[in-house]
Amino acid sequence: MSNNTLTVEIWRGREEGKFDTFEVPRMASQTVLDIVTYVQRNLDPGLSYRFACWVGVCGSCAMTVNGKPRWTCRTHVDKVADEGVLRIQPLKNLPVIRDLAVDMTEFFEKWTKAKAHFVPTATRHDDFAQVSPSDPKRKEATAGIECINCGVCYSACDTVAWLGDYLGPAALNRAWTLHNDVRDGGQSDRIKAIAGTGGCQACHSHQSCFELCPKHLNPTASIAGLKRATAKAALKGEI
Amino acid sequence: MKTHRNHANYWAFVLHRVSGLALLLFLPAHFYVLALAVEQAATLDMFLSWTEAPLVKLLETGLVILLAAHMTGGLRILAIEFLAWRNWQKSVVAITGGLSLAAGLLFFLNAG
Repeated sequence: MSNNTLTVEIWRGREEGKFDTFEVPRMASQTVLDIVTYVQRNLDPGLSYRFACWVGVCGSCAMTVNGKPRWTCRTHVDKVADEGVLRIQPLKNLPVIRDLAVDMTEFFEKWTKAKAHFVPTATRHDDFAQVSPSDPKRKEATAGIECINCGVCYSACDTVAWLGDYLGPAALNRAWTLHNDVRDGGQSDRIKAIAGTGGCQACHSHQSCFELCPKHLNPTASIAGLKRATAKAALKGEI
Repeated sequence: MKTHRNHANYWAFVLHRVSGLALLLFLPAHFYVLALAVEQAATLDMFLSWTEAPLVKLLETGLVILLAAHMTGGLRILAIEFLAWRNWQKSVVAITGGLSLAAGLLFFLNAG
């Protein structure tokens, strides 16, 4: 690398493939997504990758950057290329479609399996639910609600890698926020869904999801809450 | 190290797993020596005098550290799974490590 360029190694192919090396001009405040986009627009138009918003909202640009899953649009090159080389790979634990784009199907299917969707109990004729922001259950829900489904936690989770059925940190985190939503009517089905094989009890509490979540959420804490909830449900004979 | 695993809580998991496996390997030998007391008392006495050697004391210290690390690591997991979440998880890892080393040091200083 010269002072004005950066050596970038980018994964090409699917599960089998190789790294292609590019020299990319350095710019101030450059992000990893800027680098990938420069390569695709100027050096190799055949490069496949995924992005949409560029501002950390859509959750579609996550990749493995120098060994760690990150959202690339908000990751500055200065922060991760401390040895002068940037190695960019697709997210781990998901099938690779091509180059840096992964198939997120199983990630979202597991949200469905975890019953991680809101089940309404009111109709349009009812008044708004009154939920105090200081309510302890609401605080638990609020702490985990800002997930953007980027898949960084799923890619960082060794339990996902070891146990294919494991629902993963993102789906279980969402299930926890709904578990604490007093308006939700799906509690019984959800606790059964997340208590079985591949459910919350499979978590080893490595806490890599918490370490790497770009939104600084704590899925391990959410999963620990679900473990306590399933233990209580088991004692009551509900599951 | 450039990996998603290089953080305190993951190392605590590795230590808990490795100490558990090491103790699993130790236990058969431990039970074998205990069994000597029933049928081969003289052999047991010879073994016990061997354990007074300084190098064996050092190895025993390692064993105490492994035991303490596995116990405190297990208590840490139980706390995560059954008590309300606390945000000072890395401090808990440091405390379990400190207690394990302290147990080993206490054993070693009293071993003479």
